[in-house]
Amino acid sequence: MQISMTINGTEVTREIEPRVLLVHFIRDDLRLTGTHWGCDTTNCGTCVVLMDGQPVKSCTVLAAMADGHTITTVEGLANGATLDPVQQGFMEEHGLQCGFCTPGMMLTARALLDHNPHPEPLEIREAISGQICRCTGYATIVRSIQWAAAHPAGATAETTEDEVHA
Amino acid sequence: MTILEDRPSNPAAGDHDRPIGHGRMQRKEDPRFVRGKGHYVDDIVLPGMLHGAILRAPVAHARLVSIDTTEALAHPKVLAVITGSDLQALGLAWAPTLSMDVQAVLVTDKVRFQGQEVAFVVAEDRYAARDALELIQVEYDVLAPVVDARKAMDPDAPVIRDDLEGRTDNHIFDWEAGNKAETDAVFASADVVVKQEIVYPRVHPAPMETCGAVADFDPIEGRLTLYETTQAPHAHRTLFAIVSGIPEHKIRVVSPDIGGGFGNKVGIYPGYILAVVGSIVTGKPVKWVEDRSENLMSTSFARDYIMQGEIAATKDGKILALRTSVLADHGAFNATAQPTKYPAGFFHIFTGSYDLAAAHCTVTGVYTNKAPGGVAYACSFRVTEAVYLVERMVDILARKLEMDPAELRLKNFIKKEQFPYPNKTGWEYDSGDYEPTMRLSMKMAGYDELRREQKEKRERGELMGIGISFFTETVGAGPRKDMDILGLGMADGAELRIHPTGKAVVRISVQSQGQGHETTFAQIVAEEIGIPPEDIDVVHGDTDQTPFGLGTYGSRSTPVSGAAVALVARKVREKARFIAAAMLETRPEDLEWEKGRWFVKGDPSVGKTMAEIAMGAHGTVALPEGIDGNLDAEVTYDPPNLTFPFGAYICVVDVDPGTGHVKVRRFIAVDDCGTRINPMIIEGQIHGGLTDGVGMALMEIIEFDAEGNCLGGSFMDYLIPTAMEVPDWETGFTVTPSPHHPIGAKGVGESATVGSPPAVVNAVVDALAPFGVVHMDMPCTPARVWEAMQGRTRPPV
Repeated sequence: MQISMTINGTEVTREIEPRVLLVHFIRDDLRLTGTHWGCDTTNCGTCVVLMDGQPVKSCTVLAAMADGHTITTVEGLANGATLDPVQQGFMEEHGLQCGFCTPGMMLTARALLDHNPHPEPLEIREAISGQICRCTGYATIVRSIQWAAAHPAGATAETTEDEVHA
Repeated sequence: MTILEDRPSNPAAGDHDRPIGHGRMQRKEDPRFVRGKGHYVDDIVLPGMLHGAILRAPVAHARLVSIDTTEALAHPKVLAVITGSDLQALGLAWAPTLSMDVQAVLVTDKVRFQGQEVAFVVAEDRYAARDALELIQVEYDVLAPVVDARKAMDPDAPVIRDDLEGRTDNHIFDWEAGNKAETDAVFASADVVVKQEIVYPRVHPAPMETCGAVADFDPIEGRLTLYETTQAPHAHRTLFAIVSGIPEHKIRVVSPDIGGGFGNKVGIYPGYILAVVGSIVTGKPVKWVEDRSENLMSTSFARDYIMQGEIAATKDGKILALRTSVLADHGAFNATAQPTKYPAGFFHIFTGSYDLAAAHCTVTGVYTNKAPGGVAYACSFRVTEAVYLVERMVDILARKLEMDPAELRLKNFIKKEQFPYPNKTGWEYDSGDYEPTMRLSMKMAGYDELRREQKEKRERGELMGIGISFFTETVGAGPRKDMDILGLGMADGAELRIHPTGKAVVRISVQSQGQGHETTFAQIVAEEIGIPPEDIDVVHGDTDQTPFGLGTYGSRSTPVSGAAVALVARKVREKARFIAAAMLETRPEDLEWEKGRWFVKGDPSVGKTMAEIAMGAHGTVALPEGIDGNLDAEVTYDPPNLTFPFGAYICVVDVDPGTGHVKVRRFIAVDDCGTRINPMIIEGQIHGGLTDGVGMALMEIIEFDAEGNCLGGSFMDYLIPTAMEVPDWETGFTVTPSPHHPIGAKGVGESATVGSPPAVVNAVVDALAPFGVVHMDMPCTPARVWEAMQGRTRPPV
């Protein structure tokens, strides 16, 4: 069957098998490998992408169900060379180690901040509670998202300068 | 690069406690990860690449009667179906494990655990490969399984390993450490002896990325390139050479970005070997990536120790001796990764942080019809089990003596002046200063106030528990005189090159799975030779590009490879002195080092920076005899001893008296890993380990039913903490440098995984004290806690 969707601002049209999962469509057909796969049961959330701005687990969405929708993957978070504040926050606050859950965590964070620009720590924890990180113990992910909330325009040259320590 | 101030997480720390090599700095690997540009095994696509899938056994113990692959082979997208008899013809049906046992790559005679590999399909895409698995017809003759390790040695127990010649039972090994007679004598005359069976159930590392490989065999050159999820690429290369007969210089193992390992990616799994066979058979690259159920059901688990603990003390609380006998369930094949002399790993560190008069342990390993493994999950070679045993026993003793568990520990610590401390089972603890660490954790927790709060709550019928754990680890295996895996000494190499413009590349033999080696190893070099970390590239994970070494597990990267890197940098620095002297037309002994530069003693204005010296080395300066024209060096580091990090953990829990639900309210962790490199990364390692610990203590377990069916085969059943189950960690540190490590560093990757489970369980048991509970086994699930409250504790296996 033929499907069309907007991925990271680009319209794509492909012939697919009807049973193909969105995660495999993104990874194998479009070669956007920043979206990961970690379980078979919708538990781990390494496959989270935004569908029309809402986080979905792309292992539990058929590619066909995304027909006509707008998808954002981690590759679409940055604006050219300028990182999203969430991406900067994860680097500033050590919100990642192995990096495998990170794309999904960052996309959920982006959706959270879009709806709630100043979330409480518990609201952040609830937002990411459908996703598993095996490395960080979550506290630094919470701090990373708080950093992004505190820097909605990202790190300016001035704030970066302040934090420099030679 | 932004280099941030070290966070003052411990206001008491003086200048000597400052981290090295620029301290807290952002990770060099992060820019690619946050952009989704990490490069994991499943991201690799080679031209013409095919996909493999494994058919797995549905039962735990069965004779293989027949396999019919006709229909699968007829599938239009299937290129090959490989069975055990095909491998047998190639001599590849069995592969050596890391413990001198053998493991079936594909079943030839008998299924020995549920999920065991039976056949391998190679197809054009991953969906077709899975479809074809359904078309393979297998007939099994089901046998009675051995599920309970306690019954494995019963005379009528089925013999699992009848493939091994002359095997008539399920016994693998007996091992002991310490002095039995001496220990028994101390126990016989002690005022107080407390006994407890303590079970550390089977758990699984479950890294977010499952295991996988892409094998690319070039038949013209006879060359194998193997992209693998491996924590030990060099050791794997050697093993693949031995197993496959492909000469080692024709094998290149590449371990790209690894999505978490925790020991799960140390072993060599049948899937890796099958991908290689698939590539040889089809002449094309073959990718195999397991699914989550395959990962949980067939790859390296951890623990599965049934421990009989005994502790002896005087009535006023002087601990005298410890003894234990352990029954270790190793599954169907003995596939743990332990140094050869130590089949129970470093379990004999079970003497903990205490000054004992005697200690003795025995460990018996048995086969059962369960998945093989045992290295995994930040296990520190069984230090996890050892620390859990001693820290539970000390708490049980405190209860018996009606002493505060903090006070009992403080009374019995090995004293600072006793280090280096030879313990009673053969270790020499390199360094330690336990009391300040314990006191700091108590201060951070507000220990006395917590006890007051608990007293008040108990009067109101509320269940609050405070759990303490003080651990000593032994990490950084290990000295070649004592330690090897399959005959390979546990050393690591490092090569450092300074390019003519003063930029550097350091090549290391260990492999990050998220630990941030690209950052910390650059920081070590930066500290030693004064080139900023951003000018130092760290190359790892490719056997063609890095020196030989045993890899990353057991918290050994910093203790072993980190030492190699510091020493190779010092070698380069010393060579730079000779070249600088030639450039300055003076004698090497007249030069003095300041970070990044050699200068003439008494005249600091005359000197050469490392960049100038590098250019000089590659330039036209006349070099002294014996100094060749580069600024490169290499070393292989054989550690003289292991390192002994330690820490004090305090956990505060609230238990719901109606449901038995345990809420971890606070967790205070004070770690001492010697000299610190990047405090941000250290804190991250500790946070992750604490979360592992809470998971094991409260929810994680791989259980089996009476037929040997794995009951933890998906994330629906194998529960892992989310952000809602863990608190905001409170961390602190002390610094007691290792006396033998070049920069004084110790390992830290597993400290929290090792130290936290007893703190959580001690807290739960403390909360349940009003019910008379003195011990309950993990996991402390609501149902099990509720049962304990009703007076019905039971072992999990």
